[in-house]
Amino acid sequence: MDGTSIGWLALPLAILGGAIRVSTPFIFVSIGELITEKSGRINLGLEGTLMLGAMAGYAISYLSGSPWLGVLSAGLAGMAFGLLHGLLCSVKRVNDTAIGISLIVLGTGLAFFLGKPLIEPKAPPLPSIALGFWSSVPRMRAALDVNALFFVGIALAFVVYVFLNRTGWGLMLRTVGDSEDAARALGFPVLRVRIVATMAGGILAGIGGSFLSLSYPGSWSEGLSSGQGIMAVALVIFARWRSINALGASLLFGGAGALGPALQGIGVTGYYYLFNAAPYILTLAIMVASTSRAAPFADAPGELKLHR
Amino acid sequence: MTLKPVDRRSVLQMLAAAGSAPFVLKSTVARAETPLTVGVLYSGSKQDYGFNQSHAQAAAALKKLPGIKVIEEERVPETIAAQRSMEGMIRQDGAQLILATSFGYFKPHVLEMAAKYPDVTFAHTGGVWTAGMPENIGTLYAYIFEAQYISGIVAGHMTKSKKLGLVAAKPTPNLLRSINALAIGARSVDPAIEVQVIFTGDWVLPVREAEATNTLVDQGADVIAAQVDSPKVVIETAEKRGVMSCGYHSSQADVAPNGYLTGAEWNWITPYLVYAGSVRGGKKPEHYLRSGLGDHFVKNSPFGKLVTPEARAAAETARADLIGGTRVIYSGPLKDNKGNVVIPAGVMQSSNDRALDGINYLVEGIIGQV
Repeated sequence: MDGTSIGWLALPLAILGGAIRVSTPFIFVSIGELITEKSGRINLGLEGTLMLGAMAGYAISYLSGSPWLGVLSAGLAGMAFGLLHGLLCSVKRVNDTAIGISLIVLGTGLAFFLGKPLIEPKAPPLPSIALGFWSSVPRMRAALDVNALFFVGIALAFVVYVFLNRTGWGLMLRTVGDSEDAARALGFPVLRVRIVATMAGGILAGIGGSFLSLSYPGSWSEGLSSGQGIMAVALVIFARWRSINALGASLLFGGAGALGPALQGIGVTGYYYLFNAAPYILTLAIMVASTSRAAPFADAPGELKLHR
Repeated sequence: MTLKPVDRRSVLQMLAAAGSAPFVLKSTVARAETPLTVGVLYSGSKQDYGFNQSHAQAAAALKKLPGIKVIEEERVPETIAAQRSMEGMIRQDGAQLILATSFGYFKPHVLEMAAKYPDVTFAHTGGVWTAGMPENIGTLYAYIFEAQYISGIVAGHMTKSKKLGLVAAKPTPNLLRSINALAIGARSVDPAIEVQVIFTGDWVLPVREAEATNTLVDQGADVIAAQVDSPKVVIETAEKRGVMSCGYHSSQADVAPNGYLTGAEWNWITPYLVYAGSVRGGKKPEHYLRSGLGDHFVKNSPFGKLVTPEARAAAETARADLIGGTRVIYSGPLKDNKGNVVIPAGVMQSSNDRALDGINYLVEGIIGQV
């Protein structure tokens, strides 16, 4: 290998690198949304929570010098927003979709307002783990320069799987999400479960945001989020409300996102608008292919107001 | 509820009546004594390390001048909100000069406001004034591609892999003109140099810009240049990957202390002063104001520490030649990257040649497609 051009080999490598670099915020936000939806609520406000988390993470990392403290505060900011959503939706006849949309506006507005002085300063970024140390090819090393949050995200998918399917609390959460009447009959605190589930979703979305500002692309700016929070909602449906699937969907989405630039990089210069849209086309295609016409929301939690 | 807009309108009319009396006095009698109030509208944040910041720097310079008051509004969308913002600046603050810095403000917002307030001067970035439009509109732009050409020469001297990477937003004529100029500059140093361009498809997409930068570095580019609205992410990513970079819009030197070579920057203060002068002098604004390096409409960022003395010297020579008119960037024979001759031998298209306004090709040596 001559080190300057590896030709077509660059494509799978770019997709692999892209999957690792781009997927992390999707993993966090989609698993967070999954927990919320499993409780029977949908929080569309995660886009705003993501921006707020990105801003808070960057701010605290800059002020304290510790990026991990930044991640923590991003999670806390997200939790506060989750709590807000959870509480507002607990009021009778309040629509969770509408509240979610207003929280997008509030979250991004607040993030822009408070984040104004943060565009210029340089916050310490999250360190990454150089897993490509064994290779002498610089692009291999760069592709395998992996942030620790990526592994946290993978672990999270399995932890959430075990939590939902093997623990009493997980059963309670699923019951609340599937049938409010059954949950009440069993004496479960329905509202409390939903509020906690929305808070958990908020924490994860906030952390996902801090990955954007502290790792990749790695700085705070107002254009930082380009719909990652909203895409996560689609990813959850796509993943049929299963956390391991959500992990896979996020990786697929991240890898597909790298396709557009990577193809132009190796000299396939035409159709870049089409290739840039690859993740969305892919999601749409798989959703169409995987959705059963007879029971389109067979896997959806019963209380989720998606299909009413 | 139907009463509400009527109420607001009548309140506005009252305000206008109250506000216009001293305004008429001001514009006829006391022009020299009263400070000149300039209103500036930005489409984004003033600190975006990009286009808006380049305007904000000029506004800050304007503010320092005696007898000038500057009022600014950020993140004004290119909608009816732009009209409201301009109207507010004129009525409440008595702005006599409005600097509308974003392309989308022109039609119909600046046009309508200019017709409504004929005593106020409107200067718009990027628009083109045509006969029949209100006389109090000036349009300005700068030949940033001349500065990109200088960046290309510096990059051409510095590259070892003979491959430059460029992350660009969309293939619009202004961008193509700059991309080509960068390539022509680099290839004037060594014709073996290739420029690989990646279009992200939109003006601000940080994740895709970072991904594009990574891909270009993976493909062996050792200098990365940017043509997106906020090039901070591109320059930062290039720095992280240990390659050199050339900036755009305003200086990104502080995010890439090691690899930043130079960058193409706007110097909006020059055209701004032209319009401030015409308001002061009570003259009609210049309708079509364009220039480049020669009149200090654009400039290059100070050279980074890596830039060799030869590269500096070559850049300075090229700058002097461009200003003196002995060198023309778009001169034939020039081929596009499909092999067609776009400018035949002996033909020169100087910077203010309107033939370049609709440019739709990438020159030889660029890997990419419009």
